[in-house]
Amino acid sequence: MRRRQAIVLLALVGLLLALYLSLYKLGLIGTLQCGTGSCEYVQTSRYAEVLGMPVAFYGVVGYAVLFVVGLAGVQPRLVTDRRVTVLLAALSSLGLAFTLYLTYIELFVLHAVCRWCVVSAVIIAAIWALSMWGVRRTD
Amino acid sequence: MKGFHTMLVAVAVVGGGALWYATQRKPAPASTRTPERGAPPSVAAADGFRGFTVGSDSAAVEVVEYSDFECPFCASFATVQMPVIHEQLIAKGKVRWRYRDFPLPTHAYSRYAALAAHCAGEQGKFWEMHDQLFFRHDWAQTGKNPRSLFRDFAKGIGLDLDRYDACMDSQRYAGRIQASVEEGDRLGVNGTPTFFVNGRRFGGHPTSDAFTALVDSLTRQRKSKP
Repeated sequence: MRRRQAIVLLALVGLLLALYLSLYKLGLIGTLQCGTGSCEYVQTSRYAEVLGMPVAFYGVVGYAVLFVVGLAGVQPRLVTDRRVTVLLAALSSLGLAFTLYLTYIELFVLHAVCRWCVVSAVIIAAIWALSMWGVRRTD
Repeated sequence: MKGFHTMLVAVAVVGGGALWYATQRKPAPASTRTPERGAPPSVAAADGFRGFTVGSDSAAVEVVEYSDFECPFCASFATVQMPVIHEQLIAKGKVRWRYRDFPLPTHAYSRYAALAAHCAGEQGKFWEMHDQLFFRHDWAQTGKNPRSLFRDFAKGIGLDLDRYDACMDSQRYAGRIQASVEEGDRLGVNGTPTFFVNGRRFGGHPTSDAFTALVDSLTRQRKSKP
C-alpha cells in the first residue's frame, strides 16, 4: 500500500516535470530554468525526438499511465491485486530502459547533461525500485 | 489514506501552479537584457578562433560585431543596414567585418543558432547560414524548436547534412561560442548588437550612414598621417 502510494506521488512529480519539458517544446515556455545544466543543447538535439515526437511527450504519457495504474492500485478493491504490482513493474521497467537509453545519449553522444532529465531519471529509477520490491514480496 | 490524498492534491496544486507561472513569464526585451552566466558548454575547448570575417584583410578599418541570432535588433540590422554596408564599405575594400557571438542566455535557441552557423562555417558557408538565420527570422518569434528548420537552411545552402548533423550533435564549436561570450563580457558588451570600430566601441545609432561617415573619417585620418 505504502509502496504504491509512493509510486503514485513520484509518478505525479514525473508527470509535472514531463509537462514542463513538453510546454517548452511547444514553445509555451521561453527558457528552461536549467541552472548549470545543458538543457537547451539536449532539448534541441535531434535525439530529443523519437519517431517524430518529442521525448518529453513520451514522458507525459508514461508517467500518466503509471499514475493512473498506481492510483487504481491503492483503491481498496485492488490493493492486494498482484496484477497491478506486475503491471507497475512492467511499465516502470519500460520507462527505466528508455531513460537509460536517453542517459547514454546524453553522456556518450551529446556529452551534455540536462538537469531535468537527470531528475526524471532518478524518479523513474525510484519507481522501478519500488515496483520491483513489490514483485519480490510474496506476502 | 486521507493524508495520502492530501499530499497528492498538494503536489498537484503546487506543480500545476509552477507550470502556470512558467507559461506566464515573458522574457525581458532584448535590448535591456543583462547577460548572465548561462549554461557553460560541456565540450570543445576554445581554440583561439577570432570570429568569421568578410572583407579585405588590408582594409584600414575593422568592425567587430557582437551579435545574437535570436535578437530582433540584430536581425533588423542584418537585413536592413548590412546589405548597404556590404555594398558601400565591405565590397569596396574599406572595411573588414568580424562577427562575434554573444548569445544572450534568456534566448532559448541563440546558442543553438550560433552552433548552426559555426557548423556551416566549418563547410565554408558561415555567411550563407548567417543570412538564412537573420533573413528568415520567423523562427525566433515562434519560440518553437527550430532544429528541423535550421537543418532545412543547411540543406538549402548546400551543406553536407551528415557533416552538419555530426557537428551539431557533438556541439563541436560550443567552446568557441562560450569564449566569444566571455570576451564580450570582458569588453563590457551588455546588449546586442554591439560594435567596435578599430577597437573602439561604437556608441551611435548603428545605421549604414553612421558607419559610412565613421569609416570615411577614419580612412581620411589614416591617409593624412605621414
